[in-house]
Amino acid sequence: MRATRLDNGLKVLIQEEHTAPLASVWCWYKVGSKDERPGLTGVSHWCEHMNFKGTTNIPRDQVKGIIEQYGGSWNGYTWIDQTTYLETATSDALDRMLFIEAERMASCLYHPDDCESERTVIISELQGGENDPDQLLDQELTATAFKAHPYRHPTIGWLPDLQTMTREDLYGYYRRFYVPNNATLVIVGDVDTEAALRRAEHYFGAIQPGAAIERLRTLEPDQTGERRLTIRQGGTTAYLKVGYHAPSATERDFFPLLILDAVLTGAKGLNLWSSFRTPPPQRSARLYRALVERGLASSVSGGLMPTEDPFLYTVSATANEGTPLASVEAALLEVMANVALHGITDAELVKAKAQLRARLVFDSDSVTNIAHQLGYYDTIASVDLFTSAPARIAAVTLEEAATAARAVFPSANRTIGWFDPLPVG
Amino acid sequence: MPLNPVRTRLDNGASLLVKQTTTTPAVAISLSLRAGSIADPAGLPGMTWLLSRVIDRGTDTRSAADIAEELDSRGITLTVIVTRHAFSLGCRCLADDFEPVLALLADIVMSPSLPEEEIATRKGEVITSIRQDDDNPAIRATETLMALLYPAGHPYGRRTKGSIGVVEQMTRDQLARLHARRFAPSELTAVIVGDVDPVRAGDVTARVFGGWKNPAAAALPVPPVVPAAARQRVVIPMMNKAQADVAYGFTAISRNDPAYYAFWLMNVAFGQYAIGGRLGDSIRERQGMAYYVSSSLDANVAPGPLSIRAGVSPANVDRAIASIDEEVSRLTRDGLTPKELDESRRYLIGSIPRSLETNAAIANFLQVEEFFGLGLDYDARLPDLLKAVTLDDANAAARRVLDPDRATVVIAGPYEDRVIG
Repeated sequence: MRATRLDNGLKVLIQEEHTAPLASVWCWYKVGSKDERPGLTGVSHWCEHMNFKGTTNIPRDQVKGIIEQYGGSWNGYTWIDQTTYLETATSDALDRMLFIEAERMASCLYHPDDCESERTVIISELQGGENDPDQLLDQELTATAFKAHPYRHPTIGWLPDLQTMTREDLYGYYRRFYVPNNATLVIVGDVDTEAALRRAEHYFGAIQPGAAIERLRTLEPDQTGERRLTIRQGGTTAYLKVGYHAPSATERDFFPLLILDAVLTGAKGLNLWSSFRTPPPQRSARLYRALVERGLASSVSGGLMPTEDPFLYTVSATANEGTPLASVEAALLEVMANVALHGITDAELVKAKAQLRARLVFDSDSVTNIAHQLGYYDTIASVDLFTSAPARIAAVTLEEAATAARAVFPSANRTIGWFDPLPVG
Repeated sequence: MPLNPVRTRLDNGASLLVKQTTTTPAVAISLSLRAGSIADPAGLPGMTWLLSRVIDRGTDTRSAADIAEELDSRGITLTVIVTRHAFSLGCRCLADDFEPVLALLADIVMSPSLPEEEIATRKGEVITSIRQDDDNPAIRATETLMALLYPAGHPYGRRTKGSIGVVEQMTRDQLARLHARRFAPSELTAVIVGDVDPVRAGDVTARVFGGWKNPAAAALPVPPVVPAAARQRVVIPMMNKAQADVAYGFTAISRNDPAYYAFWLMNVAFGQYAIGGRLGDSIRERQGMAYYVSSSLDANVAPGPLSIRAGVSPANVDRAIASIDEEVSRLTRDGLTPKELDESRRYLIGSIPRSLETNAAIANFLQVEEFFGLGLDYDARLPDLLKAVTLDDANAAARRVLDPDRATVVIAGPYEDRVIG
């Protein structure tokens, strides 16, 4: 992997992979929903939508098909720390992909009509998410767990802000954050490193850097006691979620907690783009045995992702028909308390490491996934964190796992959320 | 590069396709049997689904805990999927684990013990899952659309998971009989893709499946499909929801219909290309009414559906359906432009390398290739099959099935028909 920084501050990461005639280009920006102030929640994600709407040199009516002509696909996402865009296509489309990303960085239009039209599309996206009780509970749990850090508000934003935000809000935000000195360009695939770097310089080199960006630096104060919330609205199924304040990607306890998650709910991997698409190996995991095998819950899952600031480790369960949430909660908390008190066993540590070793291989099965990982880690921490992850996982000791469990799982560090359904007609 | 998979048939009739790749030190295994939900016994819809939940929870020589340990210790997630015609087990494993994992999967397929306590636990999960589906507007809309397009107990119209009352009554004997009747080597296609030598993969497969002697399963004819003669519209009020889901569709064609490629290209232009083709242009991009709108074609053994799906604010439901009607009318009246057809064709042909990049994707592709008898060189022939479609072919395909006056429309969500007067 070759890492270069252009004169305008753009970081360029290039990795050759010649197994298929494909290339994947991702452009990452250090801006996510944690950069949003009250009144502008959701602005990062809305900007992402606007950045597919035409540019100075890509007229609105030519956006459609611009990468599909090469058999390619494109997409993007916004999360708490980052916003990113990608194209994956045959490698002869490399120039086209770089051109699109350079245009996106410097020349998006934000036409007022498009901003208005997209307002309803995003509200539709929000409402579609709220149709899912589990997603609604996740949103409300996160808002309850944080009281100071902007991780508390959902990436899609709060509805009143989406109803009132203006085109100027969107465009101002875009101009502030979409600058080469706040971005990382990643190219992975059937390319020649030197040639690809020259093409990147050709498309991006003339883009002027922006003012240095000072990101919000709020620290979440320590939680002082257990928090709870209950959502009571129409539904058919009860859901439980427990969120624990968790270490950031670079903190000492992160990889030990990843091991603990594997022991509790099965290993997922470390790729936000792909790890959650395949359920984890979890039949022998502690929470699966305590909840699903005992017939209390139909499913259980754990979620820990590397983040720039301390975020949450979340455990979720779907209560079986007829099982009170209190029973599911009691069984779940008993398992967590046991791990906090006694740690995990050597056999569990060995198994968790084997699972993560396999999942990390599966995480890197395409140029798209490899490029995602390089850009994701560079944006939230460093590429080194990604490349050293297998060794860091292999090095976790029983004592480190026990230390992490004692730090993360106390009751005062958790927020418990219930979706307790009211009967529907 | 063409895939050129190695295909062999075991003496007992099982088929094996192997494709060696070296992208990662991993292997994708896919075992598919012609034993999908159409094989549900009469009056017992959902039984194949329940079998899929319990088949991997014990064999004649392994307990559920043994299987859990074998999978989990290797980081393997075993996925069991039931479609109308297929019952499939699949996983990814590290290349070093290939042999023991294939042996484990074969044991699960051939000799499930179906323990009573496991059946009870999995029934609870299935029932909870059915209750979750009941509260999901997208699933309610889609399942109701299928029930209306394929009425009178047609297997394509049934809920794959069945209903709570029926699932509760299912017994171990019934599950065992279903397995004995439908699971046989003649029904099996094993596909292995990854960092494994094809000769070795063949040897291992012959060893683990070679002794399996169940007689071939009886053919399962699919009842005829009758296109709707008139427009139907059903509303499922779900007032606890924020957004409505619309499902709008027609019965279309079978996979072996000569017009399949024309339908495929027409559907891409109509409801898939870029963000949802023409439908996306109108409903998402120009009118800002929906986060998602698209169409899909599910050509199957019997004529499957062409369906349009959209998620819209309740206030926009009527306008969104009117826009779908308009796009359907415009397509059948004016047809696609040559540019639209060409763009869709270039996209599909150009996307072949991307769609065959991962081991799991190749395995799925080879399963479809084998199931429909498309030939081992199908991936290489596919560009020419798409190039042969003319504009007249694509427009004839649209006219053959699309007609607002015969559309079946389902709305599920916070929406009720207004009562006039």
